Amino acid sequence: MSYSSSQQQTMDSIIARYPRKRSSIMPLLHFAQSIDGYITNDAIELIAKKLELEAAEVSAVSTFYTQYKRKPVGEYHVGVCTNTLCAVMGGDAIFAGLKEHLGVENDGVTADGKVSLEHIECNAACDYAPVVMANWEFYDNQTVQSAKDLVDSMRAGKPKPPTRGPNELHNWKETSAVLAGLNDGHANEGVQAGEPSLLGLKISKKGAQG
Amino acid sequence: MTKLTPVLSAHWDEKDSFTLEGYKRHGGYTASAKALKMEPDAIIQQVKDSGLRGRGGAGFPTGMKWGFIPQGDNKDHYLVVNADESEPGTCKDTPLLLANPHVLIEGMIIGSYAIRAKYAFIYIRGEVTHVVRRMQQAIEDAYKAGYLGKNIFGSGVDLELVLHVGAGAYICGEETALLDSLEGFRGQPRLRPPFPAIAGLYARPTVVNNVESIASVPSIISNGAEWFQSMGTEKSKGMTLYSLSGHVANPGQFEAPLGITLREILELAGGIRKGHQLKFWTPGGSSTPLFTVEHLDTPLDYEGVSAAGSMLGTKALQIFDETTCIVRAVLRWTEFYKHESCGKCTPCREGTWWLVQILKDLESGKGTEADLDKLIDLCDNIMGRSFCALADGAASPIVSSLKYFRSEYMDHLRNGGCPFDPHASTLFDKAGV
Amino acid sequence: MTTEVVDMITLVIDGFEVSVPKGTLVIRAAEKLGIQIPRFCDHPLLDPVGACRQCLVDIEINGRAFPKPQASCTIPVEPGMIVKTQLTSAVAQKAQEGIMEFLLVNHPLDCPVCDKGGECPLQNQAMSTGRGESRFEGKKRLFDKPINISSQVLLDRERCVLCARCTRFSEQIASDPFITLNERGALQQVGIYENQPFESYFSGNTVQICPVGALTGASYRFQARPFDLVSTPSSCEHCASGCAQRTDVRRGKTLRRLAGDDPEVNEEWNCDKGRWAFKYVTALDRITNPLVRDASGELREASWPEAIAAAADGLKGNRVGVLVGGRATVEDAYGYSKFARVTLGTNDIDFRSRVSSDEEREFLASHVVGTSTTYRDIDRADHVLLVGFEPEEESPIVFLRMLKHVKKRALKVSAVATKLSIGNEKLGATFLSVAPGSEADAISKIELTAKSVILVGERACESAGALSAVAALAHRTGAKIGWVPRRAGEPGAIAAGAIGNLLPGGRPVSDPAARVDVATVWGVDSIPSAVGKNADEIFVAAKTGQLDALVVGGVDPLDSALSAEALSALDQTFVVSFEIRPSAVTARANVVFPVAAVTEKSGSFMNWEGRAREFDTAVEGSLHRSDVRILSMLADAMGKSISLNSVKSASKEFASLSKWDGARATFTPSTSKSLSVGNDEALLTSWRRLLDDGSLQDGEVNLAGTARKSVVVISQKRASALGVVDGDAVKVSNSQGSVTLPVLVENIHDDAVWMPRNSRGSHLLETLGTASGTLVKVGKA
Repeated sequence: MSYSSSQQQTMDSIIARYPRKRSSIMPLLHFAQSIDGYITNDAIELIAKKLELEAAEVSAVSTFYTQYKRKPVGEYHVGVCTNTLCAVMGGDAIFAGLKEHLGVENDGVTADGKVSLEHIECNAACDYAPVVMANWEFYDNQTVQSAKDLVDSMRAGKPKPPTRGPNELHNWKETSAVLAGLNDGHANEGVQAGEPSLLGLKISKKGAQG
Repeated sequence: MTKLTPVLSAHWDEKDSFTLEGYKRHGGYTASAKALKMEPDAIIQQVKDSGLRGRGGAGFPTGMKWGFIPQGDNKDHYLVVNADESEPGTCKDTPLLLANPHVLIEGMIIGSYAIRAKYAFIYIRGEVTHVVRRMQQAIEDAYKAGYLGKNIFGSGVDLELVLHVGAGAYICGEETALLDSLEGFRGQPRLRPPFPAIAGLYARPTVVNNVESIASVPSIISNGAEWFQSMGTEKSKGMTLYSLSGHVANPGQFEAPLGITLREILELAGGIRKGHQLKFWTPGGSSTPLFTVEHLDTPLDYEGVSAAGSMLGTKALQIFDETTCIVRAVLRWTEFYKHESCGKCTPCREGTWWLVQILKDLESGKGTEADLDKLIDLCDNIMGRSFCALADGAASPIVSSLKYFRSEYMDHLRNGGCPFDPHASTLFDKAGV
Repeated sequence: MTTEVVDMITLVIDGFEVSVPKGTLVIRAAEKLGIQIPRFCDHPLLDPVGACRQCLVDIEINGRAFPKPQASCTIPVEPGMIVKTQLTSAVAQKAQEGIMEFLLVNHPLDCPVCDKGGECPLQNQAMSTGRGESRFEGKKRLFDKPINISSQVLLDRERCVLCARCTRFSEQIASDPFITLNERGALQQVGIYENQPFESYFSGNTVQICPVGALTGASYRFQARPFDLVSTPSSCEHCASGCAQRTDVRRGKTLRRLAGDDPEVNEEWNCDKGRWAFKYVTALDRITNPLVRDASGELREASWPEAIAAAADGLKGNRVGVLVGGRATVEDAYGYSKFARVTLGTNDIDFRSRVSSDEEREFLASHVVGTSTTYRDIDRADHVLLVGFEPEEESPIVFLRMLKHVKKRALKVSAVATKLSIGNEKLGATFLSVAPGSEADAISKIELTAKSVILVGERACESAGALSAVAALAHRTGAKIGWVPRRAGEPGAIAAGAIGNLLPGGRPVSDPAARVDVATVWGVDSIPSAVGKNADEIFVAAKTGQLDALVVGGVDPLDSALSAEALSALDQTFVVSFEIRPSAVTARANVVFPVAAVTEKSGSFMNWEGRAREFDTAVEGSLHRSDVRILSMLADAMGKSISLNSVKSASKEFASLSKWDGARATFTPSTSKSLSVGNDEALLTSWRRLLDDGSLQDGEVNLAGTARKSVVVISQKRASALGVVDGDAVKVSNSQGSVTLPVLVENIHDDAVWMPRNSRGSHLLETLGTASGTLVKVGKA
């Protein structure tokens, strides 16, 4: 696949953010995923050319980071935290439930291309455990059932919105553009904080009143 | 009155706390305006005087770190904020940036000015899209307001700030791996010396600070070093975010002076979940050796936790009750370290590969008591032998769990498998709801 | 003379005091005491990385102990340092044993079939540092094996210990980061990008420095066990860089060659041609017996006495020219030089079996012979100027040395060239673009200092006036000149006097005192005083009947600018050929003497620095004789002995002639000629690539597989005018023939068109009868 001139211009503007252009390799890879959905050889070769690197150097970087995918993922990529705390509090059960429900294994994609599944490591939301991420948006305090409902809503084309995130769940490619540093205008949507984040503050205020 | 001291989190309960207006409503960006009128060295001195120490885990004095940057060297300097929050259990910077990204920007303006950096970066993990959005928007708003870019606040000072989004690698939380990653390489730790203060980003003097450390700076500039010093303990000053998670009645963020105890926090949070008892917990993420009930009154400051045989780390208090199998918990953490090992050095790469296999066998009841000694010996061959601290973190839960729960490992062997009901530790009813 | 002051630091290792220069790493300070600390990732020529952790030792400095063992390959010595290695510290010993155990967890137990077995640092150090039995009972990591990362390098990922020596070499030393570490953690692995093989001219070094059997060379794989090999230090015959090598032979057959360790010259590296191109020696068509052309015109095998007699008959009393070729050893070149003067009574001798000029011959006599510019001068240079020289293609170790300084201290490099090459891009060279033939102008405008070095290639002679401009530039600025020919024998041949204007030791033929010097040592009454013909003149003279016979040693007439004349000259005269394999010369020769290849004889080369590169016989028991010994037999038969019946006697006599201390030959500057270029025309420019169709690379298909692809290079302007893009076929032609190749648009002078001189599908001298500086037509094919 080749890249349009406006896509190439965006790439050049990403490169221009940095004092040295090699630094732009990661946002460029995110950007490539926003176009292709995963890291293609075309993307690697174009990035290498733009950054005056060998393709091997770009490829070496892309394989180091787990968010860069070697093959297409679903329109909605679902990650279930199975690090210790989420796992024991229900993450393992959720992951097992989703595998069965979707009929896919880890890193699998449903036949309709809608949903892919991955078990992920700690996603910095432990006070909302068990946590599920979809296109790297927070779905807090999940249960086996709520997770199944979530993927069902995705397959039905009307994904439930994240608990702490934008008003609606954006697809994988749109999300990748955000990770490339392109503002999609949804920053002001959603809550500023979930309940657990405010717990200490509330207790403190209550203490001050009482 | 509670012991809690919300400063960073003081306004998180306002709906627009993350916006420029929301931030300015409570004096946002006045500290940076004030700082830009100070001598840079005076800022460094004030931060030194405050006693602020790194909130990312190591606890290195922030002002001292800034003071290491050579001045008058005619080189570019860089400030890099480590927002790659990935340590299991750690969930403080993420809600902070979701609710108030501007406080980080303001801290970075002050820090960059102090160390004479004209370019600053935020390295944020890539798995938190909405935090990335909020941060990106805040940066754009700050540029529009004249707080970033050329001649900020009309002071004649320039500052470019770039948000750099990671792509899934825990190791990039290690500051030199972060710098390699930011330079566009595989995120593997660098040989030290040279330290980042001398040769960091692009081999130029660089300060790498945690989000919470930098976010604490505006309050220090506004309220003074003495105000900050008035909180905390003798060598651990100020307030900080404690993140309580796991089998507790009410998990969440608790901003309190350093030195508060888990017992005090649990009392505020309503205790362990109903009908259960505390079994073990981490004081600062999975890399810090486990604590048990006997450590409920350990002061949660750098010295107190260290004296009790662990580390304050990121103050990620992960609480596990008696339904949790220690072997399963430790195996899962070990799998995490294996997954996140960068592969550079032998003990971490091969050691975590091996430890996982042994622990898997033990969990399923295979092995003998000699395997427990082998585990300890392998951990001894990993700890302090690897290139960076990741592998030390991998060994911590194993060694500490064998210290406190060796008999539970033995139960697995005697039982021919795990004696725990995994469902009992979940928050679900039988139907998984 | 200035001496460099070195700060010495004294420390204690295992109870022994040792003083080493400041900056020395602990692991190497220990070596000085004979204490071997095990290691894998450490390599003295690569930046410290501290990755394998095998070299952990206990260290304290002035009573302050490090809390944990330190990687001795990353820590520089300090005063007051006390180091305890595995020999005196139980902690260090356990740490090392622990690391070794981890390394073996995923290492296959395939030593019995592994090429590295028997010379494997992992095997050896597992014995010295490892546990007797493994405690690992789990599953080992499995990979498909082996995978070809190029046609000549194979990778067994299971064996890899991830020391990253190969990837660091490729990046830090060769600037060819085609192999990288990929994936991470326990799945981290060395690899290439799938569409780009590991085609580096220096890839073989990674095989050599791999501390396990992960990287192997296709040509040596499963060929031998190291303990069956007999190793001989040798010197590379492929170019004038002068690499020290090691030749490993089993039962009379060379099985591999390795880079030797010579810090002054090649450090520990060599190029893939030097490493892998040696099968020409064992080619099936080796000439094994003398050949004599019989009455019917057929070459038939003959006895040595018969062949000697036939050659002597054909030469005696005749006017003979001698063509030596650029591949002769110093001793053989000396033999030809003396044979020409003493036996044949002529100065008609030339080693330049290639495009050459009289400007060059004078330049060599006045500015090259007897001077010494060295790798050290590159080390110290403030600026290196390249003229008619592509170091990566034409002298790869000179390239690596320059690259080292470009990387370490941003050495400034400029290149007067017609096209920006891959190598010069890696050197970050300032590209001073010229049209072929206009070099002199550009050179005259350059500013250098007395600390600068001008490296001049043999192709500089192809542009009239270029060498004159170089001489003037050196005179004006004090910069040193280093002349770097491609062929290994050329600097030695100049010194030996295998050229018409020089006698051995750089003595001008035209100088009576010089002739007396030589005549005295040779025990002859006189030496011919007229400056001899050059190679082209010899061919022309032979063709036109002014010469009756030719003595030709290792020359390919198709390398000459006058290849057509050369062939007819060979057809028309009595030819005595010294060769190892059939060639265009042997096909026309009256007598053919089989000669020894470098591995079959002792001798020396002189590299571009003028440094002697001696070597011993690697393959014992060969029946082949060196050229000089045969020449001596022939001279005896002709009644005018040269008395050089062994390499040793030649070498001894040559040394006794010492260097000329009289006046240097004079130099008459030449001027450049410029040609006007029409619309569909271009000036041809070319060079030989390192890996091409050179005859010494015959028989090495794995090596040939990594050669750069043949292309015709034109500028963007010309491409637009022709309406072609990369990959389109473009035809370059002249009255003699045409070459059609895929086009590549690159940074090249608009008036120029570039093609490889002697690569697949692009044999310019043969097809076009020209290789540079002439007008050709360029069009869409």
